Amino acid sequence: MSSNKKYWKSVEELNENSSVVETLQQKEFAEEIPVDEFLGDKSSLESSKTSRRDFLKYVGFSTAAASLAACEGPVVKSIPYVVQPDRIVPGVANYYASTIADGFDFASVLVKTREGRPIKIENNEMSKFKGGVNARVHASVLSLYDTKRVKRPMIEGRNVSWEEFDREVGAALQNANGEIVLLTQTFASPSTSKIIQEFSQKFGNVRHVVYDTVSEDAALNAFQSKYGKRALPNFDFSKAEVIVGVGADFLADWYGGGFDAGYAKTRIPENGKMSRHVQFESNMSLTGANADKRVPATPSQQKAIMKALRSYVTGASSTSDLPANIDDVVVKAASQLRKAGSGAVVACGLPDEDAQTWALEINEALGSQVMDTANARMIRQGNASEVAKLVEDMNNGSVGALLIAGLNPVHTLPNAIQFVEGLSNVETVVDFTTRADETSKVSKYVAATPHYLESWGDIQFSERSFALMQPTIKPLFDTRQFQDTLLRWSDNNQSYYEYMKETWSGSLGGNSWSRMLHDGVFEGTSPVEIASETGVSSLKYSIDEQTGDGFELMLYTSTALGDGQQANNPWLQEMPDPITRASWDNYLLISKADAEALDLENYHVANGGLNGSYVNIRLGDTLVENVPVIIQPGQAKGSVGLALGYGRKEGLKDKMQTGVNAYPLYKDFRSVQNVKIEKAAGVHEFACVQLHNTLMGRGDIIKETTLEIFNTKDSHVWNSTPEVSLNHIETPVTSPEVDIWDSFDRSTGPHFNLSIDLNACTGCGACVIACHSENNVPVVGKDEVRRSRDMHWLRIDRYYSSEDTFGDDLEKKENIGGLGSSLSEFGELEEPADNPQVVFQPVMCQHCNHAPCETVCPVAATSHGRQGQNQMIYNRCVGTRYCANNCPYKVRRFNWFSYARNDEFDYYMNNDLGRMVLNPDVTVRARGVMEKCSMCIQKTQKTILDAKREGRTIKDGEFQTACSAACDKGAIVFGDVNNEGAKILEKKNDDRMYHLLEYVGTKPNVMYQTKVRNTTEA
Amino acid sequence: MKKVNFRHSTSRKLLFSVAFLFTFSVFGLAQNDAAQDTTATEQAASGDEGASAAAGSDLGDPAAGKELFNSLCAACHKPYSESIGPALNGVTDRHDMQWIQQWISNSAAMIASGDPEAVAIYEEYNQTAMPAFPQLSDSDIGDILAYVEQPKPEPQAATASAGAGAEGTGEGGGVSVNVILGILVFVLAALMLVLFLVNKTLRNFADASGIVIPEKPKRKPIYKAFVENQFLVLVTSVIVLLAVGYFAYGWMMQVGVDKGYQPIQPIHYSHRIHAGDNQIECKYCHSSARTSKHSGIPSLNVCMNCHKSIAEVAPETATEDYSKEFYDKEIAKLYDAVGWDPATRTYSGEEKPVKWVRIHNLPDLAYFNHSQHVSVGNIQCQECHGPIQEMEVVYQHAPLTMGWCINCHRETNIRIEGNEYYEKIHAELSKKYGVEELTVAQMGGIECGKCHY
Repeated sequence: MSSNKKYWKSVEELNENSSVVETLQQKEFAEEIPVDEFLGDKSSLESSKTSRRDFLKYVGFSTAAASLAACEGPVVKSIPYVVQPDRIVPGVANYYASTIADGFDFASVLVKTREGRPIKIENNEMSKFKGGVNARVHASVLSLYDTKRVKRPMIEGRNVSWEEFDREVGAALQNANGEIVLLTQTFASPSTSKIIQEFSQKFGNVRHVVYDTVSEDAALNAFQSKYGKRALPNFDFSKAEVIVGVGADFLADWYGGGFDAGYAKTRIPENGKMSRHVQFESNMSLTGANADKRVPATPSQQKAIMKALRSYVTGASSTSDLPANIDDVVVKAASQLRKAGSGAVVACGLPDEDAQTWALEINEALGSQVMDTANARMIRQGNASEVAKLVEDMNNGSVGALLIAGLNPVHTLPNAIQFVEGLSNVETVVDFTTRADETSKVSKYVAATPHYLESWGDIQFSERSFALMQPTIKPLFDTRQFQDTLLRWSDNNQSYYEYMKETWSGSLGGNSWSRMLHDGVFEGTSPVEIASETGVSSLKYSIDEQTGDGFELMLYTSTALGDGQQANNPWLQEMPDPITRASWDNYLLISKADAEALDLENYHVANGGLNGSYVNIRLGDTLVENVPVIIQPGQAKGSVGLALGYGRKEGLKDKMQTGVNAYPLYKDFRSVQNVKIEKAAGVHEFACVQLHNTLMGRGDIIKETTLEIFNTKDSHVWNSTPEVSLNHIETPVTSPEVDIWDSFDRSTGPHFNLSIDLNACTGCGACVIACHSENNVPVVGKDEVRRSRDMHWLRIDRYYSSEDTFGDDLEKKENIGGLGSSLSEFGELEEPADNPQVVFQPVMCQHCNHAPCETVCPVAATSHGRQGQNQMIYNRCVGTRYCANNCPYKVRRFNWFSYARNDEFDYYMNNDLGRMVLNPDVTVRARGVMEKCSMCIQKTQKTILDAKREGRTIKDGEFQTACSAACDKGAIVFGDVNNEGAKILEKKNDDRMYHLLEYVGTKPNVMYQTKVRNTTEA
Repeated sequence: MKKVNFRHSTSRKLLFSVAFLFTFSVFGLAQNDAAQDTTATEQAASGDEGASAAAGSDLGDPAAGKELFNSLCAACHKPYSESIGPALNGVTDRHDMQWIQQWISNSAAMIASGDPEAVAIYEEYNQTAMPAFPQLSDSDIGDILAYVEQPKPEPQAATASAGAGAEGTGEGGGVSVNVILGILVFVLAALMLVLFLVNKTLRNFADASGIVIPEKPKRKPIYKAFVENQFLVLVTSVIVLLAVGYFAYGWMMQVGVDKGYQPIQPIHYSHRIHAGDNQIECKYCHSSARTSKHSGIPSLNVCMNCHKSIAEVAPETATEDYSKEFYDKEIAKLYDAVGWDPATRTYSGEEKPVKWVRIHNLPDLAYFNHSQHVSVGNIQCQECHGPIQEMEVVYQHAPLTMGWCINCHRETNIRIEGNEYYEKIHAELSKKYGVEELTVAQMGGIECGKCHY
């Protein structure tokens, strides 16, 4: 069943004549070592001044010098504390609960610190406000050690003390000639609101404008006019049975994100049941990729779909003017929604108030338990119309002072040019920032603010869910929190911490302050009345105006960079996009048909790198030039996509200045625009890993089935064990008779296994960053990634498959049963590259019990442990790379260069600040050695040692790897299979369990759970 | 900075044996001198004690007083300098005997009653109340006073202070052998001289009596014969090459092995005094060895737990090599680093972290966890760190090579008693291997990935 489905990683692979694909299937490294380049030219060799004799002299001398120098060991100094804090024991990690709230990402986190420095971010399991600890949040610990941070207060670029700063700005505010405006991010903080209220009382003429870089204005407006609160509905997808998404990327950043953990719970088939997810969208998003049924539709079609859906669900009408194929899906979706009733939910992500209102109405009409309007989300409070008004006021000179906090409007405002013009009319501009960005460059006063890991704060996620932010390290630089500064300027001598504690003193309920700080999260009610200053945004959002003869552009936020705040974070830059698998870039996504019409192309060059054309995008007078193009399978025809958050130039290291700035296209904060696209000259070189490490033509790496087959057929039908012929009898490869290896005895002590559930994995990439952070995985940069030299120990492969290659495919049957008129359209729709199905498959070292890498190592640098781990000994490795060549899963990574302490790799390991994030328990690998996933042996060893020291046995769930701990979806489960009753044992005995390329006979300790799609249509 | 004691053992032996030949006579003399010195100091010390005992006798028995003082008073008082309470030497001059007895038996009552002297002392010492000692009889108090009123002993003979450098301590044992060998060599030399003289005399006699000693036929020089004998040359060169190879290998294998590494530390901290003489438990200071991978260099506040009231060493702590002044100066260095003013007994807040020189340097590629060995395995610190309680200056005792680690893992049994973690594993494994006691290696303790990741 599953084996006759064809999987492919790139459009290139569908081209049968592609020589690159052929080469890559034969060789791991497509590029030859360029020996001819430096030895081939005889004349230059002979004319060289360095003779062979000289060369030998140098070699001799340097060898002698090196060996002489090596005889004397270096003197190492150890400097203990003078007075050691009680809580710090060198070598033992401490954990603190805190909260990230940077205006875009809001999540309760657990911060791991070693010797007083934060080194890793983890999920806070106590948080009821689940999820949200995504790749960016995991990576945020590295942004703390960013060398480009603002280090001290500055006036006109001059370093000053805080006293002088307070004096000067205080005087300027007192004498402000006009309004004082606070332009801030969404703080969602009761105490901060209170401080701003007090600050307003002190100065009188203060206006507070909240600006979300990526706006949810349309949804906020719709919710406000329906429920009277400026907030967003909350969703608990774990209660969902039928989910219909219309342009809503709810597994990513929709409504502030953090819904994926709940969603994943419903995706694991239990008692024959799982949720059904239908997605209508233009860009291929994470959400669409995980859907059971994905229908590509342009944004304007999506609005029509919402309209039709509403009338079908409420029974107002039974016809629509949608194309028949789409209408068919909508009709079925509506009937499924009605049937599911309270377990049904519709999610809409269109920047259109009508559509947003309809979504609320549909969910109300269904009586959806999934949507929660009573405990609404407070983490988006921006008001675009007020921002627009502010820019106007600045230009007509009525603003005397502008205080900007946590934002970079000069870069992110669509009308940044007017804003900068307006700034020249404002006498006093204070920028509260952590980064030296475009805005701080044009601001007279720059107030250096600390990173969230150095700050205090209280966060209101939703009306009843709160969290506390606490510092986990002393401020690295001479910084002061925005709130502390405002308190000072309001003549309040309290610190923000004291102020916050006092604010909450009456509202603690039964909790103690210490308890709350320890947990990091609590339920309660806000002690601060939010002033009703926020009226409905006067901007009306409708995408009807956006239709025209151009392309419908859907602006989105990428999984890696989000709104672009952490653009100077190399972990995020190097993280491949889950869908396109391209790193270090943003690009225009376009459908194959449109690309052909515009003569745009993507092709792979000989070394496996992807090249693409450039386009210019025109929106009215705005022109964004030289945007590289990626042809995206599944992109709706007539629509294009482009990620926000890239293209920043200020406050970034040279190599981090990637992509193009899409914010100028974000006109009136609408994520849907009608644009004109024309081809531009040149070829763009992508750092795209999708064709890397191909599986030597072993395309049957994934097992997949439908819910119907899963429920009705025996497991060997949809999850068959490969068989080999033994004495002319077909024998399963798992049976010991066909095994030519002797097995280790692993019955004693722990035997680790890792299970990955393809149904629960959404491809979000949190595990990739968690692995980076735990294991000191180096960042290699765009050029090296392009050469297949990325160092990710854990990659998330993305495979496309096309429905028409399914043997007895249900979809196809319907296709034939459809209306004659839509046949041609349907046929087109079902063309492989037009609407593929997507599977994500995280792959790390499979820790084979019969590992092919171990047998080929000439120096025994990789060997097998009794606990099931395939161990890689760096100091023994001489770098032959035989193991990588012999690995069927292509998970071994070679250190082509020294990535630490090397200024050629100016990311983070080359400076003292960046190196503070390194995990002291894991070796930083040297040049010329292989490395790979160790199954976090440092973590398992620590768990074992703790148990030994305390003289107890180990409970299930104690063993964790970085990836399993990072996966809040429960897709990655780790544990000891020798522990009876362990969850991992359950997974191992599950019917859905299979091993990658089982017929190779490697007997991996990593297993996968077959992907099941819910194709039930009525 | 770096001083390695036992490094070039072969070359050292060679040198030593050459030096040995030249130094018989000198050695003998030096030894005699040293012996005389020690006896002199011993005599001086015993003389001191005798004198002081005599001086204190009118108040009571100073020996009994010393015992009482050490058990009851020493926590807060010192005889000759201020501590938490005042210095006690001279107290009989400052107060009369009855007042002292009253104060000791119940000082709080005296302060309460408003005795001006008592109140003054109470105020002077930060209103720290002295506990009452009603159990002390007047004669006990007399004994204590007799002890504290002894005149401050003069610092011991200055002979030791000169040797404060780091002269090696290794030459001890072979003295008598050297003397015997010296005599033997002398006898041999005398014999040779006699032989030579006899020979000469005989020749003279022969000359005189006209006897012609027949000339021996000239033989080939031995080196020529050797060179011509190809077999011998071959064998010799093979032996020479093997020897060179053997020693070169030995020399190269010790590159990077810093056994005996004994750097000079910024503060001369003596483990001999702390762990040896005073028997302070290792993990009192190196507390993180119990829970962490690091044994931890104690932070200075740990030192101050004791050194707040120990500003100087006892006179008997001083050795030949290190005088009392030397040690006191080192304690002063600690005070300087931690910002403690012993005069006012306050912290100045000015801290200067001490830059110790790390002795045991495992490479980054090897993971070692102290708590695993100390808490779980219950291995004594001395197993790896050597006789630390005897080390005046710490040196690296073990080679810290992988072979050394593995060897121990092969020989050491797991300590399973009372550890629930091992119960099941031990039962299964001991059945598998058919043994009662399991070694670390049998538990998987020599797998590469257990220490290298």
